[in-house]
Amino acid sequence: MNTANLATYNFAYLDEQTKRMIRRAILKAIAIPGYQVPFASREMPMPYGWGTGGVQVTAAILGPDDVLKVIDQGADDTTNAVSIRAFFQKVASVAVTTRTGEATIIQTRHRIPEEKLKPGQTLVYQVPIPEPLRFLEPRETETRKMHALEEYGLMHVKLYEDIARNGHIATTYAYPVKVEGRYVMDPSPTPKFDNPKMHRSEALQLFGAGREKRIYAVPPHTEVVSLDFEDHPFEIQSFENPCALCGAENVYLDEVVLDDKGGRMFVCSDTDHCEQRCASGHRGSLAYDGEIVR
Amino acid sequence: MTIDTLVFTGGFREPVFQSQSVFRTLMDCMARPGTIGRIAPAVLPPPPLGAMAGAVALMLCDQDTPVWLTPGLAGSALPAWLAFHAGAPVTDDRQTARFAFIEKAALLPSLSLFAQGTQDYPDRSTTIVVEIEAVEGGRPFRLTGPGIRDEAIVAPRGLPDLFAQMWSENRRAFPCGVDLVLTAGEEIACLPRTTVVHPLEA
Ligand SMILES: [Zn+2]
Repeated sequence: MNTANLATYNFAYLDEQTKRMIRRAILKAIAIPGYQVPFASREMPMPYGWGTGGVQVTAAILGPDDVLKVIDQGADDTTNAVSIRAFFQKVASVAVTTRTGEATIIQTRHRIPEEKLKPGQTLVYQVPIPEPLRFLEPRETETRKMHALEEYGLMHVKLYEDIARNGHIATTYAYPVKVEGRYVMDPSPTPKFDNPKMHRSEALQLFGAGREKRIYAVPPHTEVVSLDFEDHPFEIQSFENPCALCGAENVYLDEVVLDDKGGRMFVCSDTDHCEQRCASGHRGSLAYDGEIVR
Repeated sequence: MTIDTLVFTGGFREPVFQSQSVFRTLMDCMARPGTIGRIAPAVLPPPPLGAMAGAVALMLCDQDTPVWLTPGLAGSALPAWLAFHAGAPVTDDRQTARFAFIEKAALLPSLSLFAQGTQDYPDRSTTIVVEIEAVEGGRPFRLTGPGIRDEAIVAPRGLPDLFAQMWSENRRAFPCGVDLVLTAGEEIACLPRTTVVHPLEA
């Protein structure tokens, strides 16, 4: 890539002072896994809720040699993912991919790719509400104290109320985890299906919350344990049938409505995973040879 | 030599891209303690500070980050260089320093004298950049902790004899404590506060 052709100080949109500030926060976040580091979030040319926290983290770490993948709900082709990818192509001329294995940085909303991440990859999460204790305690000064004192009893009470009411823990998204035996952390609104992928991942995981102005991190090979109880151990969602397109089992599936007569199918939420399986000849119950329609 | 040439002496020629690549190397090393990063520092600070420590300084320091310097560095041209290239103020107060720089062979002060952060804000602590003789060839340590699959063996040369003891005291203060960046020549290694250092027989 010819870096000389870029407007130097606008590479990746953020000014250099902002990048330094975010980079300092990232280093502290890595050094204190699961702890939310405050940072001075900047206005970005997209509304909050579009992943401005993740975008700022990506912009601060991104270089000319990176290959960027952006997913939203597992898909590379949703409006949110397409916009963010286009943004970084424009402001950083960065190479992009939909292939999980080819990416050096993967920015995500709501999923962790099915393909096992590798050393050298960084997964950047877009986080709406970084504080796992927020719905129990609205005051920031109090939640900060609770983290400082490891006062996580209320969180267990909340999960136990789930059990009392439903017979099982009903929380399926943003299921709280404990990082390296110390900080309770919100894994962002990923399905709890993905929680085990965070545990001792080979990849560095960075979390950016723009509106709430927090950055946190899980280094590679770090213990990430979903909160549970001895008599009600943590369980991930399971699906009755494999993916209707590629036949994959043990992956997270989305329901797709086929027609207005109630026809529907369950397919991989991770579109890259599904496409690669189809391309290598795997077939599900609703796939036609030679023609895969998503 | 024009004023402009003098002005930019020793700073990054391409600040955006060079500081990004120094950062990524440092981030990888912080995320994977025991990993040795190699990168051309691309800056030339005034002696006695070495180039890699200078690159870390320009990449991370600015007007928001008071910097503590050893007497040897404080008496050199470094404060002016930092002020000029980074806008970073130098402070005598280790408790307010966001960064500290220790040149090769200078005394590494007790780590507990630097800002440790608080239980509420453990991130408000000093990051100490220590120049050592070499990242290899010294007394071996076994490292465990986040970022390390099972264990990592490192043997930095030029750390104090009592380093393992100093570090275990720092480790006990978790989540408070300082983080270390070790530099030598074009090499860099990190010890975040989470890393457990076990001395090995040389
Ligand atoms: Zn599939």
